[in-house]
Amino acid sequence: MALSYLRSSSSRSANLLRPLSSAASLRRPISTDTTPITIETSVPFTSHQCEAPSRSVETNPSELLTFFRDMALMRRMEIAADSLYKAKLIRGFCHLYDGQEAVAVGMEAAITKKDCIITAYRDHCTFVGRGGTLLEVFAELMGRQAGCSKGKGGSMHFYKKDSNFYGGHGIVGAQVPLGCGLAFAQKYSKDESVTFALYGDGAANQGQLFEALNISALWDLPAILVCENNHYGMGTAEWRAAKSPAYYKRGDYVPGLKVDGMDALAVKQACKFAKEHALKNGPIILEMDTYRYHGHSMSDPGSTYRTRDEISGIRQERDPIERVRKLVLSHDLATEKELKDIEKEVRKEVDDAIAQAKESPMPEPSELFSNVYAKGLGAESFGADRKEVRATLA
Amino acid sequence: MLGVVRQKMLGQSLPKIRPVVSVLRSYSSAAKQMTVRDALNSALDEEMSADPKVFLMGEEVGEYQGAYKISKGLLEKYGPERVRDTPITEAGFAGIGVGAAYYGLKPVVEFMTFNFSMQAIDHIINSAAKSNYMSAGQMSVPIVFRGPNGAAAGVGAQHSQCYAAWYASCPGLKVLTPYSSEDARGLLKAAIRDPDPVVFLENELLYGESFPVSDEVLDSSFCLPIGKAKIERVGRDVTITAFSRMVGHALKAAEILEKDGIDAEVINLRSIRPLDRSTINASVRKTNRLITVEEGFPQHGVGAEICASVVEESFAYLDAPVERIAGADIPMPYAANLERIAVPQVEDIVRAAKRACYRSVPLAAAA
Repeated sequence: MALSYLRSSSSRSANLLRPLSSAASLRRPISTDTTPITIETSVPFTSHQCEAPSRSVETNPSELLTFFRDMALMRRMEIAADSLYKAKLIRGFCHLYDGQEAVAVGMEAAITKKDCIITAYRDHCTFVGRGGTLLEVFAELMGRQAGCSKGKGGSMHFYKKDSNFYGGHGIVGAQVPLGCGLAFAQKYSKDESVTFALYGDGAANQGQLFEALNISALWDLPAILVCENNHYGMGTAEWRAAKSPAYYKRGDYVPGLKVDGMDALAVKQACKFAKEHALKNGPIILEMDTYRYHGHSMSDPGSTYRTRDEISGIRQERDPIERVRKLVLSHDLATEKELKDIEKEVRKEVDDAIAQAKESPMPEPSELFSNVYAKGLGAESFGADRKEVRATLA
Repeated sequence: MLGVVRQKMLGQSLPKIRPVVSVLRSYSSAAKQMTVRDALNSALDEEMSADPKVFLMGEEVGEYQGAYKISKGLLEKYGPERVRDTPITEAGFAGIGVGAAYYGLKPVVEFMTFNFSMQAIDHIINSAAKSNYMSAGQMSVPIVFRGPNGAAAGVGAQHSQCYAAWYASCPGLKVLTPYSSEDARGLLKAAIRDPDPVVFLENELLYGESFPVSDEVLDSSFCLPIGKAKIERVGRDVTITAFSRMVGHALKAAEILEKDGIDAEVINLRSIRPLDRSTINASVRKTNRLITVEEGFPQHGVGAEICASVVEESFAYLDAPVERIAGADIPMPYAANLERIAVPQVEDIVRAAKRACYRSVPLAAAA
């Protein structure tokens, strides 16, 4: 399961093994409890050109608790990034994902690390879902050597190839044909795995998406296009950018599913369904109805094109972490205190990672010239003053 | 040196004669300061007011007031017919803009940065630049593609490229690079009025900078000629060409060089295509030394073209090899320390100028 190594196992299981005051005293420790529970998604799925999966999702206490912890970690990480940006420790662009955690977490629950994920620039949580560490995140954001891209990429360019996470892309829409290319390679190699290519409602109108989708459908590629519809492309609401904002239908001949992206279980179910479909029948579109609490980026207040009431309304009614918290409590899987303790632990993990990241040095100046090529052939490269700074590319 | 006898006494402080400067700088008695942002905004406003065929199109230009607030207030003033928010689909809306220009309208197409123009580059080159030629003059394309170009601060490899050399290599395009607010106003107005496709390369880091503007510059009829460079600082010893943000760096370098007795002439190119080869060559014939400065990648860059031009037309006048200062020959790194050495700094220009003046060794050794 994703993020399992992030749990500080000893203290938590100690807490859980203590006798609990609630009535369900025969409860097993939830960290290992895989007793199946069936939970209904918040809303049924809406489908296009296919039969929707059931809204009854199989899960278990361990998984639900993992969802809670992982989303709480992602939430805390993004909030911490906000502070670091304001403290000018993070520069340039910083696009935060808080509110959208259920998509990253639900998707991982349905797939393996053999499946590929590719996304755009709102990639911090997706990276963590693929097994990236908090240290790698914060160090990269601060441009340090311990960063996942050694400080050379920045917020928009996180990668983790060993977990089949292909970035981290700055140009809107570009990641979709790239994702279809990953799917092409998976099929070519007979790997029996699929690719999830994530994009936003803003990117959904890009022509290259339809070009890649057409080819994927012609060639039966195991490509799953996932529209993370947070309803705003930077400052432009979906209805102002798309003649048809029913993104799950935009594939026309390609089937689609509309999913409550704030419900991690619904996301999991949809991704499981999509993977099965893609391996047999080629591309499928998933539209995740989700929401970002922050503006488009740290340069965007996020309040000039939407109301504060809308934002707080979503937080009240549909927050993904609160949804899982309520499930855990109503099914008596943990106490409020236990969940609060998890949140405290997660907060500490984030703080520790930030402290560690701050200790990581900036890249060596020689790193300027590394990785230009995979095979440099001894070509020359130059600094700003070519007579002063030059290097041979290895 | 080939037959050119000249006595140059570098390193001695000659009396600096600068009456020429104040005559050239007839705008210099300006009281008002204006940011580049306001200069662009006012230019757009005035041209839209003067000609109903002019309209603005791009991402977040309307309701958001512009991603960098360049189009602030324009939607309110001119309405949604003339200030159009587009979806994030550059190939589509750039093509639509060119089509509108074919029909006789005067679109101003904004790219949020010129990195995104690569999605639309087929329309800029094949649909816009070449049409007048292919149609033997029937299809002029009075379009302006504008937006920030080059590096900002910490925005990484995909958001930092300078496109001046790419666009300026294409016949049929005009490519402008304003530096000051005067440049921004005069060149944007000229671009909008021009019947040919103009690529107008702004710079995000300049938007907030203030420059003095005279009454003449503020007048709505103000316009600068396309294809003419401006000598920002007259000098005798070395020519430094630059454009956009690098002009500021070159001027700072000139101040530092002055303390070392090197009198630099700084040329603000303003126009990369057509390139003002005559101003550049006249300057090099006077100073005999040339430093070209640009933000973009060095290979096949603007400096390479300038160097070739000077070698072709003024070879006999060169007393030193032409020096090129450019962005480092690598994708832009994110880390602050790496970014700093990937982009030209003032000290790079100073160092190159000293080399060209054979001042890299201490004065005692040269005597």
